[in-house]
Amino acid sequence: MVEVKNLSKFYGDIRAVDDISFTVETGEVLGFLGPNGAGKSTTMNMITGYISSTSGTVTIDGCEILDDPKKTKQKIGYLPEIPPLYVDMTVRKYLEFMFDLKKVKLPKKEHIEEVMRLVRISEQSERIIKNLSKGFRQRVGFAQALLGNPPVLILDEPTVGLDPKQIIEIRKLIKSLGKKHTVIFSSHVLSEISATCDRIIVISNGKIVADAKTDELSTSVSGEQKLALQIEGVSANIISAIKKIPAVTRVSKTFDMSENTAKYMVEYEKGADIRKEVFNAMSRIDCPILDMQSGNETLEDMFLKLTSSVQSGTVVGKRGNN
Amino acid sequence: MGAILKRELSSYFNSAIAYVVMAVYFFFSGLFFYSYCFEGNTSSLAGVYGNMFTIILFVIPIITMKTFAEEKRQKTDQALLTSPASLTEIVLGKFLGAFILYAICCCIFLIYAVVISFFVAPDWATIICTFIGILLLGASLIAINVFISVLTESMIIAAIAGMGVGLVISVMNYFINMVTIEWIEFILDKINFLDYYSNFTYGILNITDIVFFLSVTGLFLFFTVRALEKKRWS
Ligand SMILES: Nc1ncnc2c1ncn2[C@@H]1O[C@H](COP(=O)(O)OP(=O)(O)O)[C@@H](O)[C@H]1O
Ligand SMILES: [Mg+2]
Repeated sequence: MVEVKNLSKFYGDIRAVDDISFTVETGEVLGFLGPNGAGKSTTMNMITGYISSTSGTVTIDGCEILDDPKKTKQKIGYLPEIPPLYVDMTVRKYLEFMFDLKKVKLPKKEHIEEVMRLVRISEQSERIIKNLSKGFRQRVGFAQALLGNPPVLILDEPTVGLDPKQIIEIRKLIKSLGKKHTVIFSSHVLSEISATCDRIIVISNGKIVADAKTDELSTSVSGEQKLALQIEGVSANIISAIKKIPAVTRVSKTFDMSENTAKYMVEYEKGADIRKEVFNAMSRIDCPILDMQSGNETLEDMFLKLTSSVQSGTVVGKRGNN
Repeated sequence: MGAILKRELSSYFNSAIAYVVMAVYFFFSGLFFYSYCFEGNTSSLAGVYGNMFTIILFVIPIITMKTFAEEKRQKTDQALLTSPASLTEIVLGKFLGAFILYAICCCIFLIYAVVISFFVAPDWATIICTFIGILLLGASLIAINVFISVLTESMIIAAIAGMGVGLVISVMNYFINMVTIEWIEFILDKINFLDYYSNFTYGILNITDIVFFLSVTGLFLFFTVRALEKKRWS
C-alpha cells in the first residue's frame, strides 16, 4: 500500500507538486495522467526517495521513506522516465549489478533468468545495452525494476517512444504485473491509462484535478449519455427530483458554484432524451435551470477540460468545469 | 558497497580509462626511473617519486572524472539513489574503485625495486615507506577529485577542474614564497601537499603526514556525501 499525504515540491518559486494526497491499495493499478510538466515525474521521484519533498510524507506498507530509507526502498521497484542503464554493460551483467545493489536475497541466477523471461529479453542477455533498440532498453529497465519482486512498482511513462506493437506488449506486461504488485504508472496519453488501470488520477500544474475509478470515468464511452446542468436551489431536492425520471441512471453534484447554485452531472440511458422531463421536474420544485448542456463526453474531452483549466477548488470525482 | 565497487572496476577496465591511465603512469615512472637510476646511477627511488608527484596530480582527475558526473548525465544516479544502498556506501564504493586502479598503477614501483635489487641491495624500508606515502597522497587526491565530480554533470569539466586544483597544489611552493602576509603563508604551509609527501620519499614515516592525508581523504569523502544529500533537498 502506498500512502501519499500533502506532498509538495517547490523549485524556488515553481510549485512542481502542490499538496497532493492519495492512497493506492495493495494490488491496485493506478494511472497517473497529466500533460508534460504536470509534476508526474517529480511526484514519482519523491515517492521513490530520489528527491526529497518540500513538505508532506510518503508511506509504503507502513514504512516512511525518511525514517527507514533502506527498508522502504527495498519495497519499491522504480523505472524512471529515462531508464537508468549502464550502457557499457551486457544485459545480464547489468541485472546482476542491480541485483547486488538492491541487496536482493533470492537465488541470483534463477531470479535473473526468471525476470528476463518475464519481460522477454532472455535472448538479448549477452548483448551490450548500448546496441539494443529503444524497446529492448525499456524492457531492461523493466527487468531492473522487477528484481527482488518488490511489492510496489513505480513506472514513469514506460511506453514513451515505443512503437504501437511494443506499447501493446508493455501494456499487457503492466496488466499482468498488476495481479501481484501495487502499480503506479504515469503517462500523458489517456488511452494508455484507460486501457490498463483500475483507477486514474489526473494531475495538472502540480495538483490533482480528478481521482476516480476507470469504469466510472469511462461510462460515457461505454454508451451512456450525459447532461451537465447548472441549477439554483437545494441540492438534495434537486437530486431526488431528477432521480425520479425513469431513464436516469445516475445523478451527482460536481461543483458548488456559490451557496445556492451548483453544477450537476446526470447520466441516462442511451437513446432517451430527458431534457424536457428535467425542465418540468425543476419547474415543479421551483429550481431554475441556469445552464444545460447535453453531449456524449469522451475521456479525451474530459482530460482536456480537466487539464486546460485548473480551478481553485480541487474537484475529485467527475469533471472540472464546462 | 561491494556491488558498486565491482561495477566501478569493471567499468574502468572495460573502457579505455584504465589502460590510458596505466600507460601514462608507467611511461612517466619508467622515464624517471631510467633517467634517475640508470643515467644518474643511484639505487634511490626518491627522485622518481618526487617527479611522480606532478604526474599523479594530473592522472587522478582522469581516473575520477566519470565517478559521479557521468552517472548524473546518464541518469543512472537514479538507480543508485533509489536503491537500498546508503550514500556513504555509494561514495565509498566509488572511492575504493578509483583507489584500487591507482594502487595497481603504483605497484610498478615494486617492480622497479626488484629491478634495482639485481644490481644492489635496495633500501626496502625507504621503498615501503615511500609506497605508503604515494598511496596516501593518491587517496587524498582521489577524494578531492571525486568531490569535484559530484559537483558537475560533465566529466570533461570534472577532469579540467581537477587538473586545475592539481596545478594549484603543484605550485604551492611558489605561492608560499610569494605571499608576504604571515597568516596566509601559515595556512598555505599547512596544506602544502608536497611537504607532507616529501617526508615519505626520504623514508621518514611521520604520524603528522599520515594524519594529514587521511584527514583530507575523510573530509572530502564527507563533503561528497553531503553534496549528494544536498542535491536531493534543492
Ligand atoms: N530540477 C528542477 N528544477 C526546476 N524545476 C523543475 C525541476 N524538475 C522539474 N521541474 C519543473 O517542475 C514541473 C514538473 O515537472 P515534471 O515532474 O518533470 O513533469 P512531468 O513528469 O509531469 O512531465 C515542470 O514545470 C518542470 O519545469
Ligand atoms: Mg515526466
